[in-house]
Formats: sequence, C-alpha cells, structure tokens
Amino acid sequence: MMLDSIIFYFFATLAVVSAIMMVTRRNAVHSAVYLITALLATAGIFLQLQAEFLFVVQIILYVGGIMVLFVFVIMLVNLDVAVRQMKFNRQSWVAGLLALVLGALVFVVYRKGGGAFNLMAPPVTTLQPNAEQVGTVLFQKYFLPFEIASILLLVAMIGAVVMAKRKI
Amino acid sequence: MLPVSNYLYLSLALFIIGVIGVLTRRNVIIILMSIELILNAVNINLMAFSRMWGSVDGQIFAIFIITDAAAEAAVGLGIIIAFFRNRPTVLADEMDLLKW
Repeated sequence: MMLDSIIFYFFATLAVVSAIMMVTRRNAVHSAVYLITALLATAGIFLQLQAEFLFVVQIILYVGGIMVLFVFVIMLVNLDVAVRQMKFNRQSWVAGLLALVLGALVFVVYRKGGGAFNLMAPPVTTLQPNAEQVGTVLFQKYFLPFEIASILLLVAMIGAVVMAKRKI
Repeated sequence: MLPVSNYLYLSLALFIIGVIGVLTRRNVIIILMSIELILNAVNINLMAFSRMWGSVDGQIFAIFIITDAAAEAAVGLGIIIAFFRNRPTVLADEMDLLKW
C-alpha cells in the first residue's frame, strides 16, 4: 500500500509538473519534450492500474509515433519568428480564469458527491492476463467498432497525405 | 489499490492544464499538443474506472481514444503544413482568412 502511493505520487507529480511546463514554454520543441515526459508519466500510471497493454500502446504509439510526427512538423514549420513573439493571446486572462473556475467546479463535485458513487470500493476482480483479456473483449464484443476505427485511420491517412502534398 | 478519487483528481488537473493550453496559447502546434494532453487525461479516468469495476471495457475505449488522437494529430498537422505553405505563420490569431 505504501509503495503504491509512492509510485502514484511520483508519476502524478511528474505528469502535472511537465504538463504545466509544456503549456508555459515559449519554444515549441521544449513543449514537445515536456509533453513526452507527461505521456511517459501517464504510462506509469497505466501500469499501476494493471493496464499493461495500454502501457505499451501508450509508449509505442504516443511517444514513438505521434510525438515524432509533432517534432517533425515543428522542424518543418519555421519557428524563429514565433519564439520572439507573445506566447499568450489577448483573452488569455479571462480564458485561464474560466478554465480554473471549471476545474474548481468539478473538484467540488468530486469532493461533495464522491460518496454517492462509492469511489473507495476495492476492485471486484483482477485484470491480470491483461493483453489476453483486452484481445478477447476487443475481438468479440467490440469487433465492429474495431473495424470502423480502421476505416477512420485510413481516411485520416489519406487526408493527411492530401493536405500535406504540394500538388495533387 | 489507491482510491479511484486520486486518479480522478490527477486526471482533472491534467485536463484543466490542457484546457488552459488550448485557450491561451497562440502557437497552433502547442494547441494541438494540449489537445493530446486532454485526451490523455480522459484515458486516465477510463483506466481508473476499468480497474475499479474489474472489467477491461474501459481499456478498449482508451484504445479507441488513442486511435482518434492519432488520426486527429495526422490531419491537424497536415492542415498546419498546408496552411504554412500559403501563409507563413503558426499563430492561431493570425489565421483569419475566413474572417471579414
């Protein structure tokens, strides 16, 4: 139990601190590196929640795939000018304040209404052969959504190629 | 296992940081990265409830969310490259071609 909370607070602090750094850095490359740290910390949280398959998917797909794409685009898009310009837009004070109000609202709801949902309940069963269970459920119960997701990926791939191509 | 509320608070914190990033930054690439952070916060919620109820359905939903995030990142970055070719800026408030 003690080790559990040490691991949780370590990864949670890492994720929140690097998320804050990501939002406030001026240079987009630094933001990308901090986002990678935040995603890796989230992967640690997944591992603690007995989601080993999602842990691996998170590292391979997010950190290995999507973030490489982001870093490539940052390199393609010239950022020398953007580094010297204002980071935040004009409505940032109002927008940040409203977002904090939203966060406080949800926090109060969790605090006051958490008891109604029995959030302290111990887990019912274990998720232990995790990849096996995920595969079984994914290919039996959620087979049609899985196929639709493949069509979504195909459309996104074609869309990205068409967008980024100079002449079609 | 720690109580689920811990994970909910962590997820809430990451979500609000992502929302602040989307609403206040000017750089479009950082706005897209903040959206990835928001989707990640949702994944933590799904994973915590999946652990709480002892069923992997929440993890399946998280797989679909990751798929969506990949598709969204690919199309969004393609749009940024296409826009940058016509007009060399990455600032969201200078992208006003459709505004009059």
